[in-house]
Amino acid sequence: MDNLELLRQTFLDGQAMLDVLPQLLGTGLKNTLIISIWATVIGTILGMILAIAGISRSWFIRGLARIYTDIFRGLPAIVTILLVGQGLARVSRDLFGASPYPLGIFALSLIASAYIGEIFRSGIQSVDKGQLEACKALGMSYPRAMALVVVPQGIRRVLPALVNQFISIIKDSSLVYFLGLLTAERELFRVGQDAAVNTGNLSPLVMAGIFYLIITVPLTHVVNHVDNKYRTGRRRPTAPRSGLDEVSELSSARDTTPAIRTSTGAQ
Amino acid sequence: MQKTMTQPANTAEPAEKKTGNAAEYKGGELELRDIFLAHGDIDVVKNMSLKVAAGTTTCVIGPSGSGKSTLLRGINRLHEPRRGDILLDGRSVLRDKPESLRLRIGMVFQQFNLFPDHTALENVALAPQHVKRMPKGRAREIARARLCEVGLDSRSDHRPRDLSGGQQQRVAIARALAMDPEVMLFDEATSALDPELVNGVLELMAGLAGGGMTMVVVTHEMGFARKVADQVVFMDEGEVVEVGPPEVLFETPRTDRLSRFLSEVL
Repeated sequence: MDNLELLRQTFLDGQAMLDVLPQLLGTGLKNTLIISIWATVIGTILGMILAIAGISRSWFIRGLARIYTDIFRGLPAIVTILLVGQGLARVSRDLFGASPYPLGIFALSLIASAYIGEIFRSGIQSVDKGQLEACKALGMSYPRAMALVVVPQGIRRVLPALVNQFISIIKDSSLVYFLGLLTAERELFRVGQDAAVNTGNLSPLVMAGIFYLIITVPLTHVVNHVDNKYRTGRRRPTAPRSGLDEVSELSSARDTTPAIRTSTGAQ
Repeated sequence: MQKTMTQPANTAEPAEKKTGNAAEYKGGELELRDIFLAHGDIDVVKNMSLKVAAGTTTCVIGPSGSGKSTLLRGINRLHEPRRGDILLDGRSVLRDKPESLRLRIGMVFQQFNLFPDHTALENVALAPQHVKRMPKGRAREIARARLCEVGLDSRSDHRPRDLSGGQQQRVAIARALAMDPEVMLFDEATSALDPELVNGVLELMAGLAGGGMTMVVVTHEMGFARKVADQVVFMDEGEVVEVGPPEVLFETPRTDRLSRFLSEVL
């Protein structure tokens, strides 16, 4: 019984959790969302460029995209974040001031873009080749066909994978704390961690964890729902129809056209 | 979208739907001179020469692997010829951009290749709007008229997945016609269709032929070739084996290969 009570106090101390709540809401949640959304937006833009480069007809451009992707997918996130965050600190200071916050976002964007680029590329490449051919047959140039028809179809297909990527960015955003954030810039993890250290109790960190789950779990389910919807299609259930109805549909539209069956030779 | 729920029968203003037939087409004259088409190092179409007079229909028949489809894709340069020349209205088109040639040549595919996330109307209006740079309203007007011609104006708001194969292929034909082509290419346009839907599409194609469109039709429908074609080309192993009017080709084949082919398919 004592042990159970000890565990409860360590992880689920109600008072400690309540105490940290305002900071988690006001500072942590806000910053986690700002960092994650910025990283996703920049990562998506870079990822799209990367995907287009990845299917380029020039082997050189394809190669560059490949190297970039291999590097940022292959490195542990924390290595990239520290290298970018500390290595570019001077440049960043001139542009954005002393805070490492923008660099954290930038590093997360670089990592995200490598994954998002691969997601986009696979989506675009999964679009049936006939789509590009149909576009070309209609007189579209390759860039226009890609922009109007192929890329939008590819993106739609990978929306679930993109949401998964957003979830993973939200979790990775906690690593930005390694760069040393100002008090007002702390994200969920850092707020929870600081409070845990100050109170000598893990409950604030558990509370931070609950915040992550509140964001990520519903998103996961949204993904599954969206995924299912796309899999089954937007088709509405309709009563079965005889193909013969269709035959009459055409003949009523063109009833002055001689039917092949009855026509004799070329007109 | 709400149209999905309405009854499919075209009850409203049936009289208006007959107007589509009045369309007349200005077919161009097509000529291939010594065309070679290769996959890698292997020529799949060899030394092909063919004249298709303006407003006539040429049906290309032959066993699988004979290079029929490749030939068709060579005509609008989806497959770039290795050698030879293509003339449209007497002028070589190989030095122009492929896009400018394809503006003048419509193509219909075996698998329809409609854009799945566009409605029938948007499928037809897309190229007039974005390639011919028409205002959106005008492009949609043309699209509606073309859909009307193929008997699908009541389904213009349907997406391809809500249409039967026959309807999809008719949308694809309307989509090609919306660009006002001088030549139409059909690549086994009815091979993927359920049997009862084949005739609808063939009738539509016969209507185009009757309306003066220049057409090159790769087909397995010998009945269609016999009745609609002005000229039939029998290909095998990448070469023209026989060319002639359908009554000659089908009644008195000169080569053993054509006789054997006809005995298998008829």
